[in-house]
Order: sequence, then structure tokens, then C-alpha cells
Amino acid sequence: MPEITQEIRDKYETVIGLEVHAQLKTKSKIFCNSATEFGQEHNSQVCPVCLGYPGVLPVLNKKVLEYAILTGLALNCEIARHSKFDRKQYFYPDLPKNYQISQYDMPVCKNGHIYINGKKIRINRAHLEEDAGKLVHAGATGLAGSTYSLVDYNRTGVPLLEIVSEPEISSPEEARIYMEELRNIVRYLGVCDGNLEEGSLRCDANVSIRPLGQIELGTKAEIKNMNSFKALQRAIEYEVERQIELVEHGERVVQETRLWKEDEGITISMRSKEEAHDYRYFPEPDLVPMEISAEWVHRIRETMPELPAEKRQRYISELGLSEYDADILVNSMEMAFFFDSVIELKTNVKTAVNWLMGDITAYLKENKTTIDKTELTPESLAEMLNLIDKGIISNAIAKKIVIQVLENGGNVEEMVEKQGLSVISDESSIKDTIKKILESNPEQVERYKSGKPQLFGFFVGQVMKETGGRANPETVNRLLKEELAPC
Amino acid sequence: MPATKLCFHTVKDLRKALLNREISAVELVDASYKRIEEVEDNVQAFISLTKDLAYKTAKEVDERIKINADIPPLAGIPIAVKDVICTKGYTTTGGSKILENFVPPYNATVAKKLEENMIPIIGKANLDEFAMGSSNENSAFSIAKNPWNFKMVPGGSSGGSAVAVSSGETVISLGTDTGGSIRLPASFCGVVGMKPTYGRVSRFGLMAYASSLDQIGPFGRCVEDVALTLQAISGYDNMDSTSINIPVPDYSATLHHDIKGLRIGVISEMLGEGTNPEVKEAILNSIKIYENLGAKIEEISIPHNQYAIATYYIIAMAEASANLARYDGVKYGHRSKDAKNIMDMYMNSRAEGFGDEVKRRIMLGTYTLSSGYYDAYYKKAQQVRALIKKDFDKAWEKVDLLISPTCPTTAFEIGSKISDPLSMYLMDIGTITANLAGIPGISLPCGFDSANLPIGIQLTGPVLSEEIMLRAAYNFEQSTDFHKANPAI
Ligand SMILES: [Zn+2]
Repeated sequence: MPEITQEIRDKYETVIGLEVHAQLKTKSKIFCNSATEFGQEHNSQVCPVCLGYPGVLPVLNKKVLEYAILTGLALNCEIARHSKFDRKQYFYPDLPKNYQISQYDMPVCKNGHIYINGKKIRINRAHLEEDAGKLVHAGATGLAGSTYSLVDYNRTGVPLLEIVSEPEISSPEEARIYMEELRNIVRYLGVCDGNLEEGSLRCDANVSIRPLGQIELGTKAEIKNMNSFKALQRAIEYEVERQIELVEHGERVVQETRLWKEDEGITISMRSKEEAHDYRYFPEPDLVPMEISAEWVHRIRETMPELPAEKRQRYISELGLSEYDADILVNSMEMAFFFDSVIELKTNVKTAVNWLMGDITAYLKENKTTIDKTELTPESLAEMLNLIDKGIISNAIAKKIVIQVLENGGNVEEMVEKQGLSVISDESSIKDTIKKILESNPEQVERYKSGKPQLFGFFVGQVMKETGGRANPETVNRLLKEELAPC
Repeated sequence: MPATKLCFHTVKDLRKALLNREISAVELVDASYKRIEEVEDNVQAFISLTKDLAYKTAKEVDERIKINADIPPLAGIPIAVKDVICTKGYTTTGGSKILENFVPPYNATVAKKLEENMIPIIGKANLDEFAMGSSNENSAFSIAKNPWNFKMVPGGSSGGSAVAVSSGETVISLGTDTGGSIRLPASFCGVVGMKPTYGRVSRFGLMAYASSLDQIGPFGRCVEDVALTLQAISGYDNMDSTSINIPVPDYSATLHHDIKGLRIGVISEMLGEGTNPEVKEAILNSIKIYENLGAKIEEISIPHNQYAIATYYIIAMAEASANLARYDGVKYGHRSKDAKNIMDMYMNSRAEGFGDEVKRRIMLGTYTLSSGYYDAYYKKAQQVRALIKKDFDKAWEKVDLLISPTCPTTAFEIGSKISDPLSMYLMDIGTITANLAGIPGISLPCGFDSANLPIGIQLTGPVLSEEIMLRAAYNFEQSTDFHKANPAI
């Protein structure tokens, strides 16, 4: 794609609205008793109801509505007193009834908002619907070129909450952050796994541009198929450039649906507005309208956990964390929950943050896991931090201990005792070691004395090595200086 | 009475005979199948017979009688079930080619209740395809014939269910009523047929035609048999969200109570121009009978009745267009051979699988829901529906039940209306308001026309008024002889 200069870019404003589908992680599907577990054998979690057999009827899973209300409250939405389901009709093999039970004009939640970096993004609505199945194409990755296609209905009828933002997001980066924050919220609420790769959280972006200062919105394109936060940002970045280029060349942006091609880093046209469906919505006669009492909403509100934004704020203002640290902790929910538990055990906040963000994060990244899946418990980390604070173990030893505990668990105090890992502060013992080191390295001693003070570190290292890292570093420093001092 | 005519007896008599061991349940089922052999070629009430199921149930009943164990009130009584109600392991076609070989892996809730009540299902009754029709001529398999005159339609859509009872193939049967599909054939065939309050009987496992109007109900040769059958199939079902969660009264316990002082309204709009004079006369006679029974008669107007047909067909077809979308050849049912792509597969499977009337209703329904037409048709129809409901609510302030002809005419000749859908749709004028308002209605024999074809009278009442309605019907029946007449076959 030809170069668009920053100067040209600056003449335009980007307008983005996101439609996010969150799979609600109830045990059973929205309108039947089939299980919802991901990654099971094809068509093993189905029943006549979700397969759209003749004569079967949907029955609303009340937990789904409860999750929708909880999420709506977290998104500062108004919760409808009266709500209903509608049929959205289109033919596709992954949709067994050839209509989807969704909500058209009376969503459970509307008029909400969240803040991202201090900016308010309004949420138009959040409504419930059933997920469709998955096509498995034979002989090709997509429908095109495949010899035949099979349908896996396991996902059919998994509850979805579609959260629709107003077109108030103004950059690809902001879109990513908004999406990350939504993911945090649904994960903190425990209503959704928030896994973009597995598709438990999905996102379509409506993207348009307009000359700076223009009030009316430009023609939008709907971008689909972004399976990561990075892809979301990249896809919108590409789309904005594409639209600017079109307009700069005197062409028009066409209203259409476009597909993000991750491998090529481009969006391609999927279908135009003319091919768009007439969904022929009408109220679902097999379900009765939902009456949501204020009392029920109140009870649900009382179960609201601390939300990511609140946690972030608390870390900064109450615990004195930097914005950067607070953000990283909060964005990894398991880490934040772990941190909270460690802090409750009255450990030093700074040390805890340093360990979590340092060695522990490094270990988790290397092993591609999350802290809750390791053997480390908040209790064992707190115990280790206390031993460090009391000077019973050295940092160097702690680094080894923490890896052991992450992998195998265990009681830190016992481990220190059994393996003899506590700090050696006994001066005569350290002095003996120092003498031994100096005797076996006469050359280095000579060089040190003839004006190479940087060799001091070498001697410290040797002593620590000899003591298995257990020697009290301060004592080693002091005694070494004495021993090496010119007689 | 010869052995093949056992099914002409009432439930009460047959139960007595069973308990006294004068007959066995297996013999009763034998009698039913023998009668079917005798008359089925002429009447074509069944799409399939379920002999294994019927004998299995009958043997169970006999076992229990042998050890003097209790049996449910309808145990061993042969029943026909409209072939739009799913029976686990037994072909359920919906009267359509598209489901010609469909075997449901589940029972409809009513089928389960029949099983629990040990009622042997003799077979799956003929019907208009997916219950769409008023004459049974839209069946994809054969046209059921009126037992009173084989040249005449039995009425629809539950034609087979009415015929099975009328011709003594079974004692009772189940049908479904979306716009009159139980009451109309009951009227044409001279039997009793009832559409209960919407939500009284679970719709789970009933192939949906128009979800907000469909209701399963019983046929019988007398009111008491209908009351007993309704008892067996009614009740709350957590598989049907539109099911009513209110206990079911004992319908037959109060049948014989008198109806002195009962306020009955006559729908003035239903005795006007369009009603056949012989039918009108029979209704006026019936009103006199009610007066003699101590009821107070009053004329009542349902002003929005004139919009009922249009309202009904818009709503029913819209819902049908969505309900029938699932028959696409992907998961079950007919799949067209040689389709080159998914679009072909959809279009050919549906073109080959559905009959003309079903296609007409899907197309009209699709049209009325299309963007730009929704407000003018579907939404407006729902508003008129609310007005019709209001008309009825007003009526219930003055009267307990309403009386009207079930149908403006008696049975018409096969083929006489099939090419004129509008005149066919007009057959439902007397019955559809009950579906739109969600209220119960019953049709019972009240006379014969000069061609010796049965005439039916309809009672309708407020939501959940089945008990009083059945009592009023029973009182009428006991003071007339119409129900005792049988077709000469
Ligand atoms: Zn299911």
C-alpha cells in the first residue's frame, strides 16, 4: 500500500464502534441442558433442543440472565424491567433452526459506559443471544475450495452477551484498550473466560473516517475475524489507512463487511450492504417476556466483586503502586487475585510486587502458564518474603526457592531447614572460607593489590559460590575488605 | 355390538368391562385394528399404525388388571394421535414429504403422558401438512374422508383424528388446534372436540405451525370422554415456557352438575349473512335447549370479529415461516439429491419436500415480516389481536360462556375449495378468535343438515374455564341425541 504521510493522516478523524460477543460461562446452554465445555468431541454436547429438532422448545437458563444483569451493572447500564427475545432469521448450516434467538428492541441492558484512560466510552446496549455452531470445511481452510463441509453443533446455543459500544472510540490503540478492559471486566465478574484465541470473547469493529471537524459520520466498514488484541489493533490500523487512501484518491468508502486476514495483514471484502440480510425480526413466541424485578437486580448488585478499575485505583492510592505496576497486575487477573491474597498476609507490598513482577512473571512467561496453575500459594510466597525480611535467607537463595515452590510446592520454612539454606552469619566460618578462596587464587590477590579493585566482586562471587549463596553478603563484604587490606 | 365396533363404546363402559374382565386391553386394541382393517380404505384416518406400541401398552394394562393393581382412568383405551405430535421411536411425518421418514428420538410431553396413563397409541392420524388447512386435503399422503359421506372432507387440519373417532377406529384421539383445527373437523364429523386454553397442555414435541396459537386437545364421542382425555394430557411442563403453572381441576367430577343461572352469550356476528340457514336453525334450536336447561341467554357483540381472519392468517403465516425454516435438509428429513452447493440443497430440498399450501404460507409469512412491511402487517395484526382479546374480556363481564356455530357450513365436497384458498380460509371464521384470544373452545354435535351431515355448536369461555365449559357441554349432550348417531359404515 502506498505511503500515507502523517500530514495526510492528521486531516482525518477515526471513528470506531465495537460489537463484542462474550460467551457466558454457564454450565449448560442458554435454552437447553446441553453442556458448554470447550474443545470436546464434535457434536457430543447437543440435544434435540439445540439441534432444532421438530417440536422442541427453548427454556431460558436463568443463570444466563443473571450473568447478563451482573455484566450490565458492571458496565453501568440501565437494566430493563421488561425484556424479551426475538427471532433473527437467516439460513446458514451452523444455525439449526435457521433463526437465532436474540434480542431486537428490548435488550436486557442499555445506556452504559466504561472509562478507559479517563475517557468515557458509552455502551449502547448489551443483549443476550444464542451462539451458532461451527463449520468444518474439508479440503480447504474456508468454504471456498472445500469439497464438503461438516457442522459441529457443540457451540450452538452457548449463551452470548453482545456488548455494543457507541462509535466513540477514536484510535486503533484505544479500541484495543477498550477491548482489554471489557475482557478484564467479564473475567473479574467470572461470567466469561475472555479467551480471544478460543473465541469465548469475539469482536467486530465498525470503522469509518471523516475529515477533522465534520459532524456526520463517514461510511463504515465492519471488520471481522480478529483473534487477538494485537490483531484487533492491526486490523483497524490497516482499515483506517485503506479508507484514507480511498478518500485521498477521490473514491468512496463502500458500506460492507470485511474480513481480517491475519497472515497477510490485510482486510478483504466479504459481503456488501446490498447482500446484507433482512433478518425479519419478530418476537419469539416460544418464550415468555422477562420481568426483571428491582429486588433481584439489587441482590445481584450485592454480589458484585471489585472491578478492574476499582482495583487499579486502590493499588495506586492505597498501596502506593505505580500506575504501570497497577496496570500490569490488574490486567492479569490471576496475578491480581494472588497479589491481594499475599498482601492480606501482611507482607511488604513493594517486595511482593517486585517478586511477582520479576522472577515469578518471568517463570510464568517461560512456561506459558498463569500463577493459579502453579504450586505457589500466597501463603508460601508470604512466608518466603518474611524469611527474606528477617534476614534468614538471602535473595539469591530465595530466587532458587521460588522456582522450586512454583514447580513442586511445599513449605518454605521446612525447605530452608532441611536443605540448610539459611544465611551463614557466623564470622569465623565465613573468615575460613575467605582464607581458603584467597589462598587458592594468589594471582588474583596479587592483581587486586596492585591496583585492580574491580576484582573485589570476583572474590565475593567465589565466597558466595563456595557457601551455596548462603553467606550473609554484608558480612562477606566487611570480612573480605579486612582480609584484603594491605598489611 | 360386534367385536370390531368396541370402540363405539364410551370410556366409562369400556373401563367397567376391563375391570370386570369381560374384555382385555389387548382385545380392545385388537378390536381397534380390526375396525381399521374394515374401514380404513374408505376413510384414511391414519398415516401410520403403531402396533408394537399399542400392544405393549395393552399388555401392561392387562398385567396390572390381573394382579388387581390400580390402573389410570384411561388405561387401555385406544387413542389416535395426530401425526404432528412426536412419538419416540415411531415415524412422525407432520403430514409432509419433508419428514416422510423422520423418527423422533424423543416423546412429546403429551405422548409421555399417554404412556404414563397407559393409553395405547393405535396410530398416527392423518392431517393437513404441518396442520395447515381446513379440509385435510393438504396431507402429503392421502385425504382422510368424512365417515358420513366419503365424498366430503372431514375438515382439517386434524381430519384423521376426528375421522378415527367418528368411524369407531379408536375411542378417543388427540389433535391440534391453531385456528380451529380440532373444532372444525369435530363439527364436520359429528364428534366432540376441544381446544383447551393456550398453555393448558404442553406444546413440547408438537411440530410448531404457529407457536402463539397452537394447542393440543382431545376428540371423543361424548363430552365425558373428552373431559377424561383432557385430564390426562393437561398440566404444567417445565419444557414449555408458555405452559400454565396452575393445578388442573377434576373435569369429570362436576360434569353432571346443572347449569341453572349460567349466563350464555350468543355472538351476534356469527349468525349473520355468511351462515348457512340450516346451521343457523340448529344453533337457534340449541339456544332453546340451553334456555330449557336454565341458562340465561344474552346477545353479545365481538366487534373486531370481522378482522379476525386477516389477523389470524398474518400472525400464523409469519410464525410458520420461521418455524418451518428448520426443515432444510441439513440435519434430518428430506435432502435433495445432486445439489451442487448449499443454496441448491436448501432450495431443492424444500421445493421437493413441501406442498403448495405450506409454500404459500411460508412465502406470505416471509413477506409480512420483511423490512418495510413488518409494521403494516405483523405489528398491526398483533394490535388487532389485542383488541379482539379486549372484546372477549368485555364479554366475560356479562356472560360466562359464548355460543356460536363452530363453522358457518357443514362439510363440503372434496376438491370444491382447494383451488380457492380464500374461501377455504373463511371456514375458520367461527373458531380462530379463540386461538387469537388464547381461550378454550369446544365443538359438539347439535344437529344434521338435509344431506345428513353433522352440524357443530361451539362454546367458548374465558381463560381456564374448561370445567364450566365441559359441564355446559355435558348438560346439552345429555338432553339431546345427536351424539348417539353413528355414520353408517
Ligand atoms: Zn442442547
